[in-house]
Amino acid sequence: MTLTMRNTLLVVAVAALYILEGSTTFWIFSGSWDSALKMISFALIGSIMALGVNLQWGFAGLFNIGIMGFVALGGLATVLISMPPTPGAWSAGGWQILLGLALGAATIIGAVFLFRSLPKGRKRSALILALLIGGFFVFRAVFDGGVAAVEAINPAATGYLGGLNWGGDNYKANGWLTIVAWPVGGLLAAGAAWIIGKTALGLRSDYLAIATLGIAEIIIAVMKNEDWLGRGVKNVVGLPRPVPYEADLQVDPSFIERAASLGLDPVTASTLYTKIGYVVLFTIVLLILLWLAQRALQSPWGRMMRAIRDNEVAAEAMGKNVTARHLQIFILGSAICGIAGAMMTTLDGQLTPGTYQPLRFTFLIWVMVIVGGSGNNFGSILGGFLIWWLWVMVEPLGQWIAQVTTAGFDPDHWFRIRMEDASAHFRLFTMGLVLLLVLRFSPKGLMPER
Amino acid sequence: MDILNALVALANYVIVPGLAYGAQLALGALGVTLIYGILRFSNFAHGDTMAFGTAMTIILTNGLLALGITFGPLPTALLALPFAIMLTCVLVLVTDRVVYRFYRAQKADPVILVIVSMGVMFIMNGIVRFTIGVRDIQFADGERFIMSVPTFKKLTGLQEGLAIKTTQGITVVVAMIAVALLFWFLNKTRTGKSMRAFSDNEDLALLSGINPEKVVMVTWMIVAALATTAGVLYGLDKSFKAFTYFQLLLPIFASAVVGGLGNPLGAIGGGFVIAFSEVTITYAFKKVIGYMAPGGWEPDSLVQLLSTDYKFAVSFAILIIVLLFKPTGLFKGQSV
Repeated sequence: MTLTMRNTLLVVAVAALYILEGSTTFWIFSGSWDSALKMISFALIGSIMALGVNLQWGFAGLFNIGIMGFVALGGLATVLISMPPTPGAWSAGGWQILLGLALGAATIIGAVFLFRSLPKGRKRSALILALLIGGFFVFRAVFDGGVAAVEAINPAATGYLGGLNWGGDNYKANGWLTIVAWPVGGLLAAGAAWIIGKTALGLRSDYLAIATLGIAEIIIAVMKNEDWLGRGVKNVVGLPRPVPYEADLQVDPSFIERAASLGLDPVTASTLYTKIGYVVLFTIVLLILLWLAQRALQSPWGRMMRAIRDNEVAAEAMGKNVTARHLQIFILGSAICGIAGAMMTTLDGQLTPGTYQPLRFTFLIWVMVIVGGSGNNFGSILGGFLIWWLWVMVEPLGQWIAQVTTAGFDPDHWFRIRMEDASAHFRLFTMGLVLLLVLRFSPKGLMPER
Repeated sequence: MDILNALVALANYVIVPGLAYGAQLALGALGVTLIYGILRFSNFAHGDTMAFGTAMTIILTNGLLALGITFGPLPTALLALPFAIMLTCVLVLVTDRVVYRFYRAQKADPVILVIVSMGVMFIMNGIVRFTIGVRDIQFADGERFIMSVPTFKKLTGLQEGLAIKTTQGITVVVAMIAVALLFWFLNKTRTGKSMRAFSDNEDLALLSGINPEKVVMVTWMIVAALATTAGVLYGLDKSFKAFTYFQLLLPIFASAVVGGLGNPLGAIGGGFVIAFSEVTITYAFKKVIGYMAPGGWEPDSLVQLLSTDYKFAVSFAILIIVLLFKPTGLFKGQSV
């Protein structure tokens, strides 16, 4: 079997999984296009994240397990762009918060400057320490006042700065702003990646892993606790949408007419319409990013990246600046994760910092990349679709297994209760098993790098 | 000025909890550091190994309690601990046989082993969820306090109280015993010496006839014992929840790296450094300063450097600072 044929078969097989979910109620499939389209949207987002991780791991061999942090930052961008500013928040304390943050940043820059300009010795350490401690208290004094003022504004509904949407009460009309937020999410993630890369990229691979794992937890902690920024665990709900609302469609006469001509009732037609809208938008983003990633891979830059990955010492001897290239690709990959994060928050319609979990947002993406084939962009997308399907379907699959194995038992037999209880926890186990099996028997993944 | 009361307040909220937490982290970090020294990769499944050991302990404890066996004033879990360690040993040895050995024979890149350990982490997490679920479980029984606040106040006549939980006392004592046993084993026994030799220089150790598979097996067994003990002590002190154990991975790694990966002494030092910095930086010093300051100078604010939700940030910041300025750790670890 040739490689092209094998790849085509794989794509057809994965596509069939989604088509079966939409069209049949056989076995574990739900037979609802609504659920299939929702799965496709999430699979598209997962594929984009996998594309970003593949850039870092497949092209450059960078081991980043802080994906969750970048995804969350992307989500934050959606709020910061598409929500309306809270009336009075900026004048009450917004500028003071910004001033506090600027003072904090100035302290750190000053400390770095002192570290570089003064000779090594006790005097330097004492000066830096004094500056950091003094700066911290000044920062807290200015910052805390602003935060208290902002969070005091109607804490049950707002209590945060809000975003840039100028629509006021009618902000949902500016739904296209969420699309603007996607690249902004990428920028935010890129900024965070720059800071992390600057400090941690010189380190060995497993130190980089631990550092990124830590930074992701910190980003989540900040988003959970800084209520002035994104309402913390109180969540921001009711984000505007780039696609029309179902309720608006259902009262639109021309839409009802078109739905009727297709033989659908308006309610079903409207949910399908919005879901397809998201799928189309996400597919466009995925195609653009895939095209860019393919171009990058085939360019001299991409060849250099792979040369660095395969033999760092040799590449360095050829005059390549390995650390600078690593920083570059780390930022690019993280930015893609940020874009995907912003898209996901848009799809959810709300920002819920409490739901970000490393197993779902970091390690699952890694399974997608490894299973799909690290180093191959198409593989990442295939892995994204396949693993997301499995992630969702493992639960019905677990229930099915529980049913089959316990068919002969009484409803209140301990074994039956145990199995039905366990079927909910099937997910992580299966993911680990898939990862280990692929690593062992097909370490290059389903679509190997060429 | 009231130095005694200030000291007691500090001991109650910072020193005693810090000691217990530090001992728990040290035991966890010892496991990570041993795996790193002998098998040469960062084991991401360590948190879930701890969770598995603790889950087994809880199940066995429930069994013992059902039989009517208790451990007097001490938690029954301590009786179940040795058996749970055996079960965890079986789990990690089977994992090693089925998963890791293949990559060892291939001489795979350490980063591949890290990814493999991610897969193992998923599976162990799944097993823990199957066996015990995701609930928050309290399994400490017996006497609650060695020293309770009213007793202390009555004894000393001070305004401020000092409470020492039994679990905190047990944590420190058990950790000391475990560490003493480990160091005796590493320094005095033949197997321990061959482990250290293997960690220092694998090729030389192989040349001098050390059986690598035996070294690896013993290492896994010790790691299982350490992980289970650390997990049970943490669970007794706070509570058991599978997800918290996964999150413990970060401070544990930080401890191991700060102390110097591959260096057992460093793991212990690192554990206490991380624990005390976390507790000190997130503690509100209002009370202590209130006692120390002259009358009328009591601070209005909480005098808390960072909110407790940022405790990860503390271990992380220390980790980064140490990595940037002293990459081999505070106690010299293995070279990069």
